[in-house]
Amino acid sequence: MSAATQDTAVRTGRITRTFIYVVLLVFALFYLMPLFVMVSNSLKPLAEITGGNMMALPQSWTLEPWRQAWSSAQIGVEPTGLKPYFLNSILMVVPAVAISTVLGALNGYVLTKWSFPGHKIIFGLLLFSCFIPFQIVLIPMAMILGKIGLAGSIPGLILVHVVYGVGFTTLYYRNYYAAFPTELVRAAMIDGAGFFRIFWRIMLPVSGPITVVSVIWQFTNIWNDFLFGASFGGQSQPMTVALNNLVQSSTGVKEYNVHFAGAILAALPTLLVYIVAGRYFVRGLMAGSVKG
Amino acid sequence: MSFLDIANVTKSYGAVEVLHRVDIGVEQGEFLVLVGPSGCGKSTLLNMIAGLEGISSGDISIKGRVVNGVHPSKRNIAMVFQSYALYPNMTVGQNMTFGLEMHGVPKAEREKALADVAKLLQIDNLLDRKPGQLSGGQRQRVAMGRALVRNPDVFLFDEPLSNLDAKLRVDMRTEIKKLHQKLKTTIVYVTHDQIEAMTLSTRIAVMYQGYIQQLGTPQEIYDTPANVFVATFMGSPAMNIMPATVVMQDGAPHARITDVNGGACLLRFSQANLADWQGREILLGIRPETITDQDGADRKSTNIQHLTNTIGVTEPAGSDTFVTMTLSGRDIVARMRADVTVAPGQTFDFAIDMDKAVAFDPKTEERIAP
Repeated sequence: MSAATQDTAVRTGRITRTFIYVVLLVFALFYLMPLFVMVSNSLKPLAEITGGNMMALPQSWTLEPWRQAWSSAQIGVEPTGLKPYFLNSILMVVPAVAISTVLGALNGYVLTKWSFPGHKIIFGLLLFSCFIPFQIVLIPMAMILGKIGLAGSIPGLILVHVVYGVGFTTLYYRNYYAAFPTELVRAAMIDGAGFFRIFWRIMLPVSGPITVVSVIWQFTNIWNDFLFGASFGGQSQPMTVALNNLVQSSTGVKEYNVHFAGAILAALPTLLVYIVAGRYFVRGLMAGSVKG
Repeated sequence: MSFLDIANVTKSYGAVEVLHRVDIGVEQGEFLVLVGPSGCGKSTLLNMIAGLEGISSGDISIKGRVVNGVHPSKRNIAMVFQSYALYPNMTVGQNMTFGLEMHGVPKAEREKALADVAKLLQIDNLLDRKPGQLSGGQRQRVAMGRALVRNPDVFLFDEPLSNLDAKLRVDMRTEIKKLHQKLKTTIVYVTHDQIEAMTLSTRIAVMYQGYIQQLGTPQEIYDTPANVFVATFMGSPAMNIMPATVVMQDGAPHARITDVNGGACLLRFSQANLADWQGREILLGIRPETITDQDGADRKSTNIQHLTNTIGVTEPAGSDTFVTMTLSGRDIVARMRADVTVAPGQTFDFAIDMDKAVAFDPKTEERIAP
């Protein structure tokens, strides 16, 4: 009797599961379609695309579009390819992510473990910065950058992104550290560790998950930013702006294969960050959200 | 001045005073337990000794040096926390020597201190593990080890056993007592468990609503509680408190109480000074273990009074049998020998050791005798 019921239970499970997997597979294919189109077309000669075979695999495989996009395509007036702009983006994103993450961690640490009168207001104001639209600050920011002599430079862009990112990183770290037992900080105090030692030796070593969240979030946002890059980049524009200049060029033949290759190049670093650190992402978000 | 001197200390948060004029002197080698229900201010007082919370007024001094405003790490104290507060990213060995490292003690000395303490606490095989890999009892040992390694003037314990299961708690209690006897350290220990307070301490401070209710040896606290709160808080089951009237008979003060049927019973007091209370209401306090059967009565007592009453409930607990009855309209618990034969509804002859009885003023709830 009990064996029979068990049997049916397993069979229903199997049917439901098959259904779920089929649906998931369909969605996965749907979402992978654009990537497939981009990759396959970036490996074709232009003639194959203009011949109308956009969905097909390449007939003659070539890496030429990638080479062109990287080093010789016309960006604006210079035939430099995306290479120098990629470098600009790296030079901007690495310090900006590092500085905003460290500042966020310090803010979170102070706001939870060294709280002072009015710490809630300060945190509220920092949170507020998460909700300010980029467009509003363009003109004041341009004025400030001009006054301090950072207009049109990579340090200027770093400053802008750090200022914008600190709100988010503070939010992450504050919530994460709120769940961190205060007794540990007190124990370390009695043991004789000071403000930075406690941060460095006690707090940071257990901040892995939330640091991953912060880095992914900041990296994606800063790398993908177009508006600030276009407005304040000047001579050192980031990858996104260069990609736009490549794709939107209104003279000559539209080299779709080169455009596809360029777009993938621009998306590659964020993709990489997600693949390397992504599995910590959800874990960290959860860890931070349990207690607030 | 005492080794650890708490003089006239108060603590306020804004306009709310949570600790009122606390005065305690702790001598070197003493084991002081601060006990009381939650919210009584005992942990606040401990944190003030540790320097984790500021002092609103008064002075705390250790070894004659006033430490108000001195950083926790410079008071030469060590603290064991309720959650143990072990650093999760460090090994047991690193946890225990972190304090020494922060104080700039050379590595060789640290290693030696670590080895000594680890051996003393029998955790030398755990030194390379992380706290996450330890059981509750082992973590507790490591937390104590971390305090011991520092060789501080004063040890502070903040409810260190309350996260352990019942059996382990009793074992660790003995362990702490042994350690204290061996090392003769000065300890201030916070707990809400009155049995821990009784068994461990050389002196107890019973706290309630920010006041020290009574400060004394476990025996003093148990036998001559200062007021009804202390009497009922210390001891398990709690002391029986019932209203009674003092009457004079044969020239001696007696307590008149009523049995379950409303009939009057007279119990002669051992304390003659209660004659002053003739004709007035008092609160009579009798510990459960001083109400027994006739054979179980204390032979050394000078004043065993007899009382016949109906048994309400019996609770055999293995080592003892608890008997509940009604006196003066209150539920009264008696603690009998295990082999006494009692049944609910039975009329029983109780023996009450009135040498141990305590009388309280019903208005102020302060003790008036003995």
